[in-house]
Amino acid sequence: MSLFLVVALPFLGAMLPGLMNSAGRKACAGVTFTVSLLALIGLLTNLPAVLAGELVTARFDWIPLLGLNFTLMLDGLGFFFAALILTIGLLIIAYARHYLAREDNMGEFFTYLLLFQGAMVGIVLSDNVLLLLVFWELTSLSSFLLIGYWKHLPEGRQGARMALTVTGMGGLAMIAGMLILGQIVGSYDLSIILQSREVIQSSPLYVPALILILLGCFTKSAQFPFHFWLPHAMAAPTPVSAYLHSATMVKAGIFLMARMWPVLSGTPEWFMIVTTAGLITMVLGAVIALFKHDLKALLAFSTVSHLGLITMLLGTGTAFGAMAAMFHILNHATFKAALFMSAGIIDHETHTRDIRKLGGLRHLMPVTFVIATLAALSMAGIPLLNGFLSKEMMLEEAYDTTLFGTPWLLPALAVFGSLFSAAYSFRLIGHVFLGPVRNDYPARPHDPGMGLWLPPALLIVPVVVIGLMPSLAEPFVKMVTASVLGTTADVPDAHFKIWHGLVPPLYMSIVAVVGGLLMLAVFTPALRLWDGAPRPEAKRIFDSIIAGTVSLSRGLIRPLHDGTFTRYAAIMVVTVIAVGAHAWVTGTVGPATRAPQPANVVQFAGWLMLVLTACGLVVFHRNRLLSLILIGIVGLMVSVGFVFFSAPDLAMTQLTVEVVTIILLLLALNFLPNRTPVESTILRRVRDGGIAVAGGFVAMGLTYYYLLRDPVAPSISEFHLANAYKGGGGTNVVNVILVDFRGFDTYGEIIVLGIAALLIFALTESLLSGPVRARLLNRKPDQARAGGSHSLMPVVLTRVIMPVVLMVGFFIFLRGHNEPGGGFIAGLIVSIAFVMQYMASGFSWTSERLRYPYHGVIGAGVLIAGLTGVGSWFFGKPFLTSDFTYVRIPPFEKFELATAALFDLGVFLAVFGAVMLSLESFSRLARRAHVPGREPPEDSDHSRRKSAGMEA
Amino acid sequence: MEFLVASAIGFLTASGIYLVLRLRTFPVIMGTSLLTYAVNVFLFASGGLTVGGPPILTDALLYTDPLPQALVLTAIVISFGMTAVVVMIALGAYLGGDDDHVDDPLIDPPTDVPPDVPSDLPTDLRPEDAQ
Repeated sequence: MSLFLVVALPFLGAMLPGLMNSAGRKACAGVTFTVSLLALIGLLTNLPAVLAGELVTARFDWIPLLGLNFTLMLDGLGFFFAALILTIGLLIIAYARHYLAREDNMGEFFTYLLLFQGAMVGIVLSDNVLLLLVFWELTSLSSFLLIGYWKHLPEGRQGARMALTVTGMGGLAMIAGMLILGQIVGSYDLSIILQSREVIQSSPLYVPALILILLGCFTKSAQFPFHFWLPHAMAAPTPVSAYLHSATMVKAGIFLMARMWPVLSGTPEWFMIVTTAGLITMVLGAVIALFKHDLKALLAFSTVSHLGLITMLLGTGTAFGAMAAMFHILNHATFKAALFMSAGIIDHETHTRDIRKLGGLRHLMPVTFVIATLAALSMAGIPLLNGFLSKEMMLEEAYDTTLFGTPWLLPALAVFGSLFSAAYSFRLIGHVFLGPVRNDYPARPHDPGMGLWLPPALLIVPVVVIGLMPSLAEPFVKMVTASVLGTTADVPDAHFKIWHGLVPPLYMSIVAVVGGLLMLAVFTPALRLWDGAPRPEAKRIFDSIIAGTVSLSRGLIRPLHDGTFTRYAAIMVVTVIAVGAHAWVTGTVGPATRAPQPANVVQFAGWLMLVLTACGLVVFHRNRLLSLILIGIVGLMVSVGFVFFSAPDLAMTQLTVEVVTIILLLLALNFLPNRTPVESTILRRVRDGGIAVAGGFVAMGLTYYYLLRDPVAPSISEFHLANAYKGGGGTNVVNVILVDFRGFDTYGEIIVLGIAALLIFALTESLLSGPVRARLLNRKPDQARAGGSHSLMPVVLTRVIMPVVLMVGFFIFLRGHNEPGGGFIAGLIVSIAFVMQYMASGFSWTSERLRYPYHGVIGAGVLIAGLTGVGSWFFGKPFLTSDFTYVRIPPFEKFELATAALFDLGVFLAVFGAVMLSLESFSRLARRAHVPGREPPEDSDHSRRKSAGMEA
Repeated sequence: MEFLVASAIGFLTASGIYLVLRLRTFPVIMGTSLLTYAVNVFLFASGGLTVGGPPILTDALLYTDPLPQALVLTAIVISFGMTAVVVMIALGAYLGGDDDHVDDPLIDPPTDVPPDVPSDLPTDLRPEDAQ
């Protein structure tokens, strides 16, 4: 199966659980399971090629100019992680199906889970670092949704926010690091970057890039000092914790370190940063874990500790360390997922995760006991289980590594960490399952159904099998290691064995296990000591940093951004004027290249009218109705100007827009006060007048100088004039530009228009569902109403001319390609035809006769325009390539058929729908306020009249 | 003729700016409408002023620049959408708060109060609401 499909399947499938929600929980989980299973099968079909050492790739150029291509590759490392993500994902889905309570929205949960899964698979299969970053951020976002899934829990929300903040910040740092890396190498393709070890390591930018990338990895993988988010993310439902913190999210950072290992590792900087951070994390996590009473918190800190162990192994920079790290990733994923699921079972059955309230569960929950004990013993590093093998390799590597010039430091700390690791594993077994049966459990514990225990039980199989027969895992781990190492080193030929003889790691192991047992024996006094010791609380530090940042930005923003719109507007205008004045004073202005054209009296009269109304608006702006009339005149004069200066399309558009705008403002004035009171002081008015006059002069000067000069560069308009007929098949160049040359712009514009209309609709809805509704119902009109609500003359007149207006609209639409007109203008004209009906016959009469909602009309318009564009793909052409032909049906003349006309139809519908939806929303507000008991307008159809009367 | 157009744009801009600086929503909306006219005409004029040369292909020799026209055409339609949104917001604010001022009435004094301290005072103490 193509790698594209493997990555795309979870994303595509993410839509299904949401849709299947109403079909029941079984269907919902079933479809999620199937999607993951298909992706896993798809991945496995590539296994033979990976085993044969081939590099499976899939490539699709996305934005080649930026170096961002959708390139995927599958090597041993990628396969290992993808298989881990998908396999454990399957088990988690099966487990979650039984874990989630009835009131949890399962569709939502599985949608998030699949999104997350897809993003993770995307990370591990990306062959382009920019693409990898996209998936990286997607995991941060989808894990945010997963961690905060229980929205009613404040801990869940806080944990999700903290995780997003920390991993998101790290992601930002990593973007910078990856960009630097790409700049050094000159390519963003991972396969090329991985070949450029010398170039990268000799570059002066190596250290900044390394630090930035490591910031991303450390935040994601919860390495010290960013380890604190992981335990807080435990507020998530247990399946999420099990998935995110065993096999996926936190392993993403580890994965990236392994992926970048060939080019970044092996330098002193890498060794110092990565090994130290890993070591601190490992020891710190293990010590804190021992003293946690919450089962999941214990597991969370143990995860932190084990991630530190893996980081430390990668940090050593040796081939053996990398191999041990890969092996431990496999082992940790198996036993930790099993442990998380067991913790979930205990929580589910006993209603508590507090270790102090548990104990003696081995008799009551024997199945869970066996699973959890095997997994915990593996975590402690007991022989014959897989955890022992990789821990031995870790100790061996630690034994051979010298940190800070002190040969004993690293081995000693590694043993110390392992000791605590063994201790908390034993505590988990001892304090939860062993000991006497208690009689004060919050609920009666018993083993759960098979749905809950089978997934962890399946995970125990590899724990035991690899533990008994390590040679089974050896070829696979070595293959993965080979792809981590790349060409930099050979895979070590050490064999995986349980018995290596009496070597130092064995003694270290024995010390750790015995020490762990002793530690547990003195647990009570140790806990008292721990509780008494002062220690920094990471969450409090994090919160105070966030609070500090907030108040800092508040201090910066508040003085500037104080909610006074007038001030912002004044500042903006003055700044623009100042910048313009500066350019005017310091720049040079070329000589005029065009002679001014003479003006006659008619033009002067038009100018005078425009200028007088504009000034009149300022003088009479307090009378709002009058200012509406004046602005109507301004619009009219502008339309006349368009006609005069050879722009018939613009004139028609301006005229029709003017009509709907005035109606819209009238509808608004119905509610707003009719007068603007005098509030500002004389001084202030003089100041504003000064700013306005200066702004006017700048605009005038700019325009005047511009109009008398030719453009510096040749215009592209000649191309449009020359090709409109040849290439676009139309003689109205403006329309051809709109629907053909710049069709994509127009497509975006109708979408914007549609969104604006939907926004107005949504605002109306929220107004009408809030307290405003009651206010509207109780509102008394501030002016006397006209006598009859629907006078006969306009009712009859508008109905009679409706077909005529529609025909005009149709005509304008059809001729648009060759003569002035087109979808925009036709849409506006038809809207006016409809608005007339609303105005004359009333809202309920008209809306009763509407068969299609306006939202649907907008949607249909955008869809038609979009599909027209998509249609050209079927002919191997780019989006929105238009075509036209001439058709002759015998009795008629030859006429033109263009795909652009179909696109224009989409424009028409979108414009019509948007205008109508906006106006209708306004009048719905008015309808709420209307006086009850009004008569519906005259209607010849008496069967309708009855229902209309009831409506009103 | 160029001067007439330029000065008309100047007048529209000046009136628009003055109205935008007013304190109530309705004059501000009027002002932005005037500024919209000014900007649209300016964009349109950037293609040069041509009399009697519409961009409809015939046997004529003179055509005006069609590109600014296409740009302005969509701008006019979109400006309707934007005006409608702004009017709706203004209307919602007025209906919700019985107040059509554009400025936020609560101008925070520069205090050192920590941001997250909950205040016992009602957030809205404006006299209009006391009725």
